[in-house]
Amino acid sequence: MRKTRAKPSRGEDVRRLVLESDLTIYHATEQKRTLLENMEQAKVLELDLAQVGEIDSAGLQVLLLIKRESLAMGKELRILAHSPAVQEVLDFLNVASYFGDPLVISARKHP
Amino acid sequence: MEEIFAVFIQEAREQLSEMEQGLMRLQQGEGLDDPELINGIFRAAHTIKGSSGVVEVHVIEQFTHSAENVLDQVRNGTLQLDSGLIDDLLAAADHIGALLDAIEQGEGGEEEGLASRGQAIVERLKVRLNAGATAVVAVPEPEAAVLETGTDASVASDTWHISLRFGRDVMRHGQEPLAFLRYLLSLGEIAHVTTLFDDMPSAEEMDAESCYLGFEINFRSQADKAAIERVFEFVRDECELRILPPNSRLTDYLKLIDELPEESQLIGEILVKSGALTQEELDTGLRQQRSSQALAGEVEGAATQPIGSILVEQQVIQPEVVEAAAIKQKQVSEKKAAEARLIRVQADKLDQLIDLVGELVIAGAGANLIAQKSGQTSLVEATSVVTRLVESIRDSALQLRMVQIGDTFNRFHRVVRDVSRELGKEMELAISGGETELDKSVVEKIGDPLMHLVRNAIDHGIEPADIRLEAGKPSQGRVELNAYHDSGSIVIEVADDGGGLPKEKILNKAIERGIVQAGDTLSDEEVVNLIFQPGFSTVEQVSNLSGRGVGMDVVRKNIEALRGRVDVQSEPGRGSRFTIRLPLTLAIIDGFLVSAGEDAYVIPLDMVVECLELNADSADRDYLNLRGEVLPFIRLRNLFEIEGAIPKRESVVVVRSAHQKAGIVVDQLLGEFQTVIKPLGSLFRNLRGISGSTILGSGDVALILDVPALTALAGRLESETFTTSAANH
Repeated sequence: MRKTRAKPSRGEDVRRLVLESDLTIYHATEQKRTLLENMEQAKVLELDLAQVGEIDSAGLQVLLLIKRESLAMGKELRILAHSPAVQEVLDFLNVASYFGDPLVISARKHP
Repeated sequence: MEEIFAVFIQEAREQLSEMEQGLMRLQQGEGLDDPELINGIFRAAHTIKGSSGVVEVHVIEQFTHSAENVLDQVRNGTLQLDSGLIDDLLAAADHIGALLDAIEQGEGGEEEGLASRGQAIVERLKVRLNAGATAVVAVPEPEAAVLETGTDASVASDTWHISLRFGRDVMRHGQEPLAFLRYLLSLGEIAHVTTLFDDMPSAEEMDAESCYLGFEINFRSQADKAAIERVFEFVRDECELRILPPNSRLTDYLKLIDELPEESQLIGEILVKSGALTQEELDTGLRQQRSSQALAGEVEGAATQPIGSILVEQQVIQPEVVEAAAIKQKQVSEKKAAEARLIRVQADKLDQLIDLVGELVIAGAGANLIAQKSGQTSLVEATSVVTRLVESIRDSALQLRMVQIGDTFNRFHRVVRDVSRELGKEMELAISGGETELDKSVVEKIGDPLMHLVRNAIDHGIEPADIRLEAGKPSQGRVELNAYHDSGSIVIEVADDGGGLPKEKILNKAIERGIVQAGDTLSDEEVVNLIFQPGFSTVEQVSNLSGRGVGMDVVRKNIEALRGRVDVQSEPGRGSRFTIRLPLTLAIIDGFLVSAGEDAYVIPLDMVVECLELNADSADRDYLNLRGEVLPFIRLRNLFEIEGAIPKRESVVVVRSAHQKAGIVVDQLLGEFQTVIKPLGSLFRNLRGISGSTILGSGDVALILDVPALTALAGRLESETFTTSAANH
């Protein structure tokens, strides 16, 4: 996983993470930890999931957890880009609306 | 002390096999609604535990205890029985068997490998127990819990409703919850799905490898409930699954809302939102539920009480429960009575009895002979009554040793299931003729060869599914076990619908091993039967059946040791059929007495087809025309080199063995005779054409002819004559 800090000039404490590994049970524990840490240190966490080749239930749970925590802490989780796999699972399980990213819809229209 | 031990092991084995058979029946979907079956399994486990405690084999006691706990929960209905659980229980039964083996061999049963395997099974069972314990809360399961108070109106929704809650460990066990939902799509269309993760604990406590997901699914499909349930078969024991058919009664939905772990309010909302229920339906339902509870005289706060418990308080289901309990009690006492009808007898005592009956038969024959010689009618009558009684005694005595082969066959359900799973093949086992009876000692010894043949059939006979489909066969392979009686022997067949034996390969191998010469012409049947030759074992066979170390030649040797024979027929692309032919019993037969020269011979009566006079025109040939059929025959005088004048009239006894007929030419036919087989001493072991001896009433010895060997010989002599005469021309 590679993370890049967004330009601080935007005045918000924004952190951007690019997920490169699959969102599967093999990485779930590690991803949960990384995502939570980053969430704690920033106000806004931006996730780029464009390179996620595979997502399973464990991966989905991590995303759901992060989203729930962000809501609980009054922070913001933005998913900037979805890979087709992620998109498909979120749609299939009808959870896209929970994440509420307008990006989800635009990503679906323009894959 | 030794003796107690032996008794313990024997009894434990019996209980174990009862347990296994019960489990296998459950596995096949039989008797799922029969409480006595699961009770029987439980009792068997309980008895093993108890008796191992008495003889202080604590390894077994402790191990069986954990299996018993699980069974107890199943019995109480707190743990749902499914194929995964049955598998675990079968594994437990196997392990008990292994422990018994170890103890019988004087080991403690605490060796490392054994102990760790046992530990693994115990762990699995513990997981089940815990799952059961949590499920208790959710499933009070009052079948009669439908309150007929107007809530039984159907809801408007025409989709199935599936409530799914995955267990914590699903993903850890390598199952992917999403995959099941995707698989569901093969049956129909998901109209709406709500993903629930309310169970997910706070961030620190949440374990990323545990599963916290649940789904409420509206599913549009033509499939039936069983088909939908099958989708979740592999996680059946690790998830809570509730399925409501389309247009279910409102009550059922209310029950669902009650049972689900989430807040009723939340589930209600989800159902409304997903379109399973309308808001109106939900309101009506909840209102009526409350009012019915008020009717039942409940105080405030009753709204949270599940329907099931109200019913119990209302005593609505009381009568049925009482009745069920009464029936159960009756079944238990009947079962006990059935057990009391069985007496355990030592096999030696039975053998002794049969020996004595044998002597009685001989003595009776002697008395009969003297009576006939004396010419006193009353004496002849008296002895004939005695003879008849002796015959009955003989039959019942032999019957004591006869057991049905069905039990042996049924064991193969397990084998087929295990082996096919191991090899990843779909298999079906068809059993017929299970009621065929044969001698217990034969049954015991036939198990191993059968096992080998069945394993072989699955391993080598049945092709992989894709090849089968290509050949236009169903993907599921089929192995048949069949038994029937045929002219004094029992025939056991093991057949498969696989690819048949590779004749080319067998022939090449046989030539390579020097079993046949390259130039030999062999019929197809002869070629496939080469696999029984000693030293014939293809490399494939060794690797695939490694650890078993048995070749086909050993199978044949085992069967021949029982005075039986084994053949194989094979059709390319259609399958192979192994035919085992065994004598029914080893002790007494009905014989047909004949004579040649001075001596008497006995032909087993079951093999005699008919008797005819030998025509003079066959005098210089070895075959005759039997109603248009060529019948090769053997002259006993020639075969045993009997001297003396040939009588004017000779007779032919037509005998049949397997599918071959032959004639035996004798001097005189002396009639039927009960024959007690006395084995020949080892000195005569290599004698061909004689299978044993017996003692006549006069005290003379008569030899028992080995008909299968003689017919084979007759057939061979005939074809040899034919080829020589053909060559001469």
